[in-house]
Amino acid sequence: MELVLDVVSWGFILAGSGFCLIGGLGLIRLRDMYARKHGASLIDTLGIGLILTGLMVQAGFTLVTAKLFLILVFVFFTSPTTTHALARAALNSGLVPDVDKDSPIKQGAVPSKK
Amino acid sequence: MRVIGLIGVWYMLHTFSLAVLLSGVWWLLSGYTLVLIIGLGIGSVILVLYICHRMDAIDHETHPVHLAAGCITYYPWLLWEIVLANWDVAKAILKNDDTVRPRLMHVKASQVSEVGRVTYANSITLTPGTVTLDIEGADLLIHSLTQGSKEGLETGEMDRRVTALELGKGGPSAFSQPALHDHPEDTSVKRDSET
Repeated sequence: MELVLDVVSWGFILAGSGFCLIGGLGLIRLRDMYARKHGASLIDTLGIGLILTGLMVQAGFTLVTAKLFLILVFVFFTSPTTTHALARAALNSGLVPDVDKDSPIKQGAVPSKK
Repeated sequence: MRVIGLIGVWYMLHTFSLAVLLSGVWWLLSGYTLVLIIGLGIGSVILVLYICHRMDAIDHETHPVHLAAGCITYYPWLLWEIVLANWDVAKAILKNDDTVRPRLMHVKASQVSEVGRVTYANSITLTPGTVTLDIEGADLLIHSLTQGSKEGLETGEMDRRVTALELGKGGPSAFSQPALHDHPEDTSVKRDSET
């Protein structure tokens, strides 16, 4: 039983680490700040989610699990808020998103707040 | 007079549910069963309630309990969408070829209250591959990374589900509140001129 729980939790933790790694790669690889945000959101959804789930399996039915779950809930509510605040600040300060040719809103036609 | 009475009951219900929530979180984070410490915990809950009351911060917006029932079905669905989107974006990052196609577009939000729209915009941002850059009335400006994330948003499935959540399908009627703004476009204009 102990062994099964260990294998399951390590599976979760390793999968979460994998998503964190891919997210980090995306932060370097993608073309501009707005695209890189998508790499970051990989880290703060499945990356942190799977790692915390793995830790919850390790902790079992204890208060620690409840606390880990609360951390997960708070991260899921705060991370989109910060992502949006950062992206909006970039847009308002005039950083033009580098978009594809068939984008519904063309490059340079970005509605400015100024 | 009857209206004031109803609002009073509504306010009391929110205060009560906030008290239950705060006590629950306090106990989960401390885990103590000593009488003295629990007494201190109750004292701090009452202090926080008093501060919230003074700040006028107990209402449907800061404490949206009327959404709680709908969340039970909405969040599992959102979680699965997040898993699918993670897979899509992870593949795009690893390939780093034509699948990475950043696009900008407008999306209409069909929710009538601000809490509903914020929930929708937050859900979009939480899903990898789409980020809400700006909200103007019912218009959301979206940056999407791949073809899949763009199409996923264009089906409008998430919009429908958040609207259903907002209308409190199956929720306790005591907490559900009539929509504040019937004409979202009008309020956005009014808000802009106010600021």
